[in-house]
Amino acid sequence: MSLRTTARALPTMAKIGFAEAVAYRAEMLVWMLSTTMPLVMLSLWSAVAKDAPVGRFGQAEFTTYYLLMFIVRQLTGAWAAWQMNHEVRTGALSQRLLRPISPIASYAMENLAALPLRSMVAVPMAAIALFVVGPSTLAPGKFWALVPLALAGGWTITFLFNIAIGALSLYTESSLKIMEIYFTLFAVFSGYLIPVELFPGWLHGAVEWLPFRFQVGLPVELVTNAHSWDEALRLVGIQWAWVVAMAVGTGLLWKNGLKRYAAYGG
Amino acid sequence: MISVRGLAKHYKVHKRAPGLRAALRSVFSRTYDTVKAVDGISFEIKSGERVGFLGPNGAGKTTTLKVLAGLLHPSEGEVVVDGHTPKKREDAYLKKIMLVTGQKQQLLWDLPPSETFELNRAIYEVPRAQFKQTVDELAQTLELGDLISKPTRQLSLGERMKCELAAALIHRPRVLFMDEPTIGLDVSMQATIRNFIKQYNERHGATLMLTSHYMDDVVALCPRVIVIDKGALSYDGGLEDLVHRIRPEKRVVFYLQREAERAVLDGLGKVVSANHASAVLQVPQEAVSETISRALATLPVKDLTVENAPLEEVMSELFERSRRAAAPASTGNGKAP
Repeated sequence: MSLRTTARALPTMAKIGFAEAVAYRAEMLVWMLSTTMPLVMLSLWSAVAKDAPVGRFGQAEFTTYYLLMFIVRQLTGAWAAWQMNHEVRTGALSQRLLRPISPIASYAMENLAALPLRSMVAVPMAAIALFVVGPSTLAPGKFWALVPLALAGGWTITFLFNIAIGALSLYTESSLKIMEIYFTLFAVFSGYLIPVELFPGWLHGAVEWLPFRFQVGLPVELVTNAHSWDEALRLVGIQWAWVVAMAVGTGLLWKNGLKRYAAYGG
Repeated sequence: MISVRGLAKHYKVHKRAPGLRAALRSVFSRTYDTVKAVDGISFEIKSGERVGFLGPNGAGKTTTLKVLAGLLHPSEGEVVVDGHTPKKREDAYLKKIMLVTGQKQQLLWDLPPSETFELNRAIYEVPRAQFKQTVDELAQTLELGDLISKPTRQLSLGERMKCELAAALIHRPRVLFMDEPTIGLDVSMQATIRNFIKQYNERHGATLMLTSHYMDDVVALCPRVIVIDKGALSYDGGLEDLVHRIRPEKRVVFYLQREAERAVLDGLGKVVSANHASAVLQVPQEAVSETISRALATLPVKDLTVENAPLEEVMSELFERSRRAAAPASTGNGKAP
């Protein structure tokens, strides 16, 4: 599909995507509640760190980490895999394929358009709490300059994971079980439940070679002063290398999968 | 406009017997059947033609339309529509066509149809002025009124179908593939949709390929029909020719002042039906005049009409003949491990 067509249609797609997100506000509230796991982990680790810090994490550091993790998760969420699974099985994908715009672009806009609403309640609340805990736990200003890039990279990796798993349903007719496996790996290796720097050495090394940490862990690490400036740049570089690699892999998976599309239903 | 040469579409379908044992066995070893949904059909359609694509359930009609719309990749054969190869799904091609199905919708469920129209305007890059003109025209012809500002989920099936059609035509496609567009609609709504489709074809010179199980749709819209059965083409030609070929006899309907004796009716021709008010006779075309003369002399006739056999009967007879012809051969389904 031409980039020009896609770029011109994006503002309207975003506007309509937002209108759809508003229509599904109850579902959105449930989704937000389902992402409160960092707050549960916060209470657990705060209890552990009450008497002595764990690594560099005292109670204040844990609070900062998990509140930021909650915000980052809101800002990098994607759910295209569920949409694609449903649409491949019912044949609803046909309607997207008939339009002169890539279905991947339309999934992206629908997912992105819902983020402001998802963040509208959660992010201000978490940000206020963060301010109360104290800015001393946060990184100096220049690290914040990398945050938009790291968030964009984190969202893109999450979205591409969704598209890749959704595209697998073109081969297997349903890939929701794969989504469950993915989510387990994400929860463990992304820093979502436990900060990556608390992993034992050998596991920490493995995390470096997996994409999960770059979805939500890296943006939080940048803001919580976990890395030197050079290390932060290196990690953002690796994150975007993952974006490129996953875009290529996902594109191939999608393109070949379409040849198998059965367009079920009338 | 549309050229199809030796088109085939085969599917591999997992097959297993019922029961737990078969379910467990299928985990380790699977048997597949190759289903030939479309099996080497060829036809040409000229620009602006309205063609009915007919066949019984499972004949391969919808599969063919999906191949033509670029949704399915053909297993064999060559398909060209207005110079494009559909499976490539080029922007320029997708902007020229639309596939409308009575059972799938593009309208956004929780938003008013006007939002889908606006989305299509942006995606198909329709200039604002043309968009406004098209929406006004569609709203007037389809009597959409305030339907376009109600959430889609609150519309009735017929209202939704009218809005679906409008959404599908925002970019003024030159080729319309319509798969049972009137399914489930009441008689009046069917007529509205049919009239609209015909008007659109005449006004914009669009090419129309239509499948429908409602023969009224076909009679009203399609001077030419292509009939497909079990994936193979069984007829391609004029609708009138098809009727004459399959049922060359005419139906003479006599409206009677009182019930006629059965023996008298039998003497005039083959009795299709008879009651106290009317009798329907089937007679060879060349014997129509003579039969009418004799009937006027022997029956208490109030009025009469001469008709072709109903299209439903013609189609049913055609499918039956195809089945009989195919009976000695296998169903054509190969088996793959």
